[in-house]
Amino acid sequence: MKNIVCVACPMGCALSVELSDSGEVLSVTGNTCKRGIDYAKTECTNPVRSFTSTVKVSGGILPVVPCKSAGNIPKEKLLDCATEIAKITAKAPVKLGDILIKNILGTGVDIIATNHCPEA
Amino acid sequence: MLNYDIVVVGGGPAGMAAAIKAKECGTDSILILERAETLGGILEQCIHTGFGLHYFGEELSGPEYADRFIEKINTLSIEYKTDTMVLDISGDNTVTAVNSTDGLLEIKAKAVILAMGCRERPRGALNTAGTRCSGIMSAGTAQKFVNIDGYMPGKKVVILGSGDIGLIMARRMTLEGAEVKCVCELMPYSSGLTRNIVQCLDDFNIPLHLSCTVTRIHGSERLEGVTIAKVDENRRPIKESEQFIECDTLLLSVGLIPENELTRAAGIEIDPVTGGAIVNESRQTTQAGVFACGNVLHVHDLVDYVTLESYTAGEGAAKYAQGKIANEKYAVTKGRGAVRYIVPQRVNLNCGEDVKLYFRVGDVFKNASVVVKCAGNEILRRKKIRLAPGEMESVTVKNETLCTMSEGDTIEISVEV
Amino acid sequence: MIYDIAVIGAGVVGSLISMQLSQYNLKTVLIEKGNDVAVGTSKANSAIVHAGFDAKPGSLKAKLNVEGTAKMPELCKRLHVPFKLTGSLVVAFSPEQRKTVEELYARGIENGVEEMEIIEQDRLREIEPQINEVACCALLAKTAGIVCPYELTVAAAETAVINGVKFERNFKVDKIDYNGSVFTVSAGEKNINAKYVINCAGIYSGKIAEMIGDDSIRIISRKGEYMLLDKTMGSLANTVIFQCPSDMGKGILVTPTVDGNLLLGPSSIDVDSYDDVSTNSDVLDSVLEAAKLSVPCVNTRNVITSFAGLRSHPATGDFIIGASKKNPAFINVAGIESPGLSASPAIAEYVEKIMLDILGNVEKKEDFIPTRKAPVHFRNMTNEERKALIEKDKRYGTIVCRCETVTQGEILDAIHSPIPATDVDSVKRRTRAGMGRCQGGFCGSKVAQLIAEEHGIPLDEVTKFGGGSRLLVGKTK
Repeated sequence: MKNIVCVACPMGCALSVELSDSGEVLSVTGNTCKRGIDYAKTECTNPVRSFTSTVKVSGGILPVVPCKSAGNIPKEKLLDCATEIAKITAKAPVKLGDILIKNILGTGVDIIATNHCPEA
Repeated sequence: MLNYDIVVVGGGPAGMAAAIKAKECGTDSILILERAETLGGILEQCIHTGFGLHYFGEELSGPEYADRFIEKINTLSIEYKTDTMVLDISGDNTVTAVNSTDGLLEIKAKAVILAMGCRERPRGALNTAGTRCSGIMSAGTAQKFVNIDGYMPGKKVVILGSGDIGLIMARRMTLEGAEVKCVCELMPYSSGLTRNIVQCLDDFNIPLHLSCTVTRIHGSERLEGVTIAKVDENRRPIKESEQFIECDTLLLSVGLIPENELTRAAGIEIDPVTGGAIVNESRQTTQAGVFACGNVLHVHDLVDYVTLESYTAGEGAAKYAQGKIANEKYAVTKGRGAVRYIVPQRVNLNCGEDVKLYFRVGDVFKNASVVVKCAGNEILRRKKIRLAPGEMESVTVKNETLCTMSEGDTIEISVEV
Repeated sequence: MIYDIAVIGAGVVGSLISMQLSQYNLKTVLIEKGNDVAVGTSKANSAIVHAGFDAKPGSLKAKLNVEGTAKMPELCKRLHVPFKLTGSLVVAFSPEQRKTVEELYARGIENGVEEMEIIEQDRLREIEPQINEVACCALLAKTAGIVCPYELTVAAAETAVINGVKFERNFKVDKIDYNGSVFTVSAGEKNINAKYVINCAGIYSGKIAEMIGDDSIRIISRKGEYMLLDKTMGSLANTVIFQCPSDMGKGILVTPTVDGNLLLGPSSIDVDSYDDVSTNSDVLDSVLEAAKLSVPCVNTRNVITSFAGLRSHPATGDFIIGASKKNPAFINVAGIESPGLSASPAIAEYVEKIMLDILGNVEKKEDFIPTRKAPVHFRNMTNEERKALIEKDKRYGTIVCRCETVTQGEILDAIHSPIPATDVDSVKRRTRAGMGRCQGGFCGSKVAQLIAEEHGIPLDEVTKFGGGSRLLVGKTK
């Protein structure tokens, strides 16, 4: 039995997950919606998170532009992602939704800008 | 003197949503006054995701959430002035504001929507002993430095208060290479969202010390460390449990206060519990034609609810500006026991609609019932698996129930275990 | 370069003396260990102008207090410094304390204090409706008032500077040599030469005197802790409310400030340290408890900040002003504890006379400028004045500090003032930006940015109060 907190939405349901010896999810209780079951399965087998940070910008009205992973990435790669995006500099103008890094660390997920950064 | 049907004070999520709704309700002459350089308010620096799950069904970052409204403001050609600070709202709804291009502005409005948001409680309010060195700032100030200006407030961090901004900043500082030593929370529970505790602390093995506070600040120039201690049931530090933690930064996330200086100066009545104005179901304050919404009214846990509340206020202001005013016959709402407050505080029984009441509880409950009584009669009882101070709850009172009530009756919400 | 006079310490006393001397054709330097003027006791005290009934009759303290207080309203007006003639009350909370009140009255008469009277309950309650109901009578002194001590210091030092006085900051004196005619005052590798030295080093004045072999000055560091309450509490007191004094000082007072806040304090505890201005929760608790005796409804819910200051208590009990016995060219102005602020205008003139006696015939400058430019305070202006101001200079149309309504123009003025503000606290003292309820939460980063831009330094080099008090540690990436 594994107790986790569902973070699929702000509800934060306390889930009890029954696991088999091989790590397979047998049952989930404590969820208040279907997404809780999906969350429990992913969290117990391959936990993923969304990643957000900033990327350095040259020639913009601000020195950095916020960014996020377009989808979730493996939890253990969060800090590696942070190191990776610190290496790049985007050139202004940056538009919200622009892809800043394609397929970061081979995860298949892009890093995209989450705000505009016009030229100074 | 300028004339507008509606002046919106604040161009954050609340002000933008209220203006959009008012425009959609047929009021054309609307002006938003925003003190910062851009629209968007505090969302511009909240670069983490989690916004919009309820409203858009998507996980957006703060700037993305704001951008959808900024786009709409532009599409609807709603006027706004940035870098503009409102100095005063008079009894006849004349707004005095100032900026560097127009100078001093006087604007006569039929209706005013207050959407100034909230601010963080500063260190001084905690009265923490010790020195007055640098390296101590509110979590939101740190957030601006990191996310907008691109600067690091420090490298070894202790966070006091487990409010959401504090939790978010624990992760943010960690991702930027700082060592977050711990988060201390005075209460025996966190006021932040559970998902933030999991994603921002647990994921990075940052300890959360409950019933714990910072008792002393050390360092003559830059912060050199803090003394933390466990607190007893009366929130008094236990001397024997004191412990020194070396750090160069102390971030404070110890509560948000609705920013109601203008509201108070205008003589509008304030609810001592929410720190915001007393409003009716359309979010009209005690001054006719002045509405309030968002964090200036009460601190929300989710921006999605700010948006919804602001739509209500925007619609109310539009109706008021158009002269569509229902006869007023008020019932009052009252939170009992663990229910700390309810918004709205007054309900016009003639409003002709179902009314949603938002409330917060003062403690953590499991498997409790929320009970609503109108004029003494129980009209609703709902089982809740979990109730927590950090999360806003809501119940709806049907119009048909309101129609049966008399002026001065009470709508009461309580929690039964 | 050999200065005529080096004034050590840019507190209120050193700054006023410098201003006073700047009327003459003298080369004067004002030396300060901190990054601005008014960074020691002058920024952390009760901000009160005492009537003058406390000090022992015949003492220098008594004489200079009464004289200084008389000069204060006019001086503040001239220098555009906030001052309010509130009057003060020493309240008796028991019939036994009536005797003390009567003694103080008598002492006041002896010291030459005017406009005093002993008032009974009814009158007391009329003046202070929030006073504890056990209060039975009080000594009312109408010449007492409140002032902004750091603005007074800034104004005096800036007036000195525009009249040619050189201000040397970050100059922590560690050695003083004398070659028979010229002093060399050193701070590490830096040296300043001057024919005369005036020691206004406050709490450190004993240590500075020791540098020329004068060990006659013994200063005891006496810490006072205060709590500052929000402006919504400012109306709880209309006058300076004292309790009956003890050996350790004038007791806990409750007073409005010139900016409309309410100030509680100070505690009074002798400490070993000369620079430890940390606060202590048990002391602050006791301050609050004591303040409640005067005004029972004060509470901590509206505390904006707490702070501590160190009084330089002289072992002799009186101000020590005059040439050192070791060197007649070295003038001590030491042990200036309360009522030092009240006395400071008189101290400055007293020292001026001492210097004139020593120097003989010194000419007055013909082009002496008696005051600095009046600072703009947007928050105190009428809308008409504001309109006119912004039309002339649009930088006054941008509000930076929301709580205190401080404009960008005012902050830029502070950054470019005769003694330029180079850190966040210096801007705060000159403009009040960051002094309101949010304590710089919103405007702090903007103020830091303006300092960085105007002084041409990177944002992460901006400090809170100079030295190692940096706000930031570098770029994120």
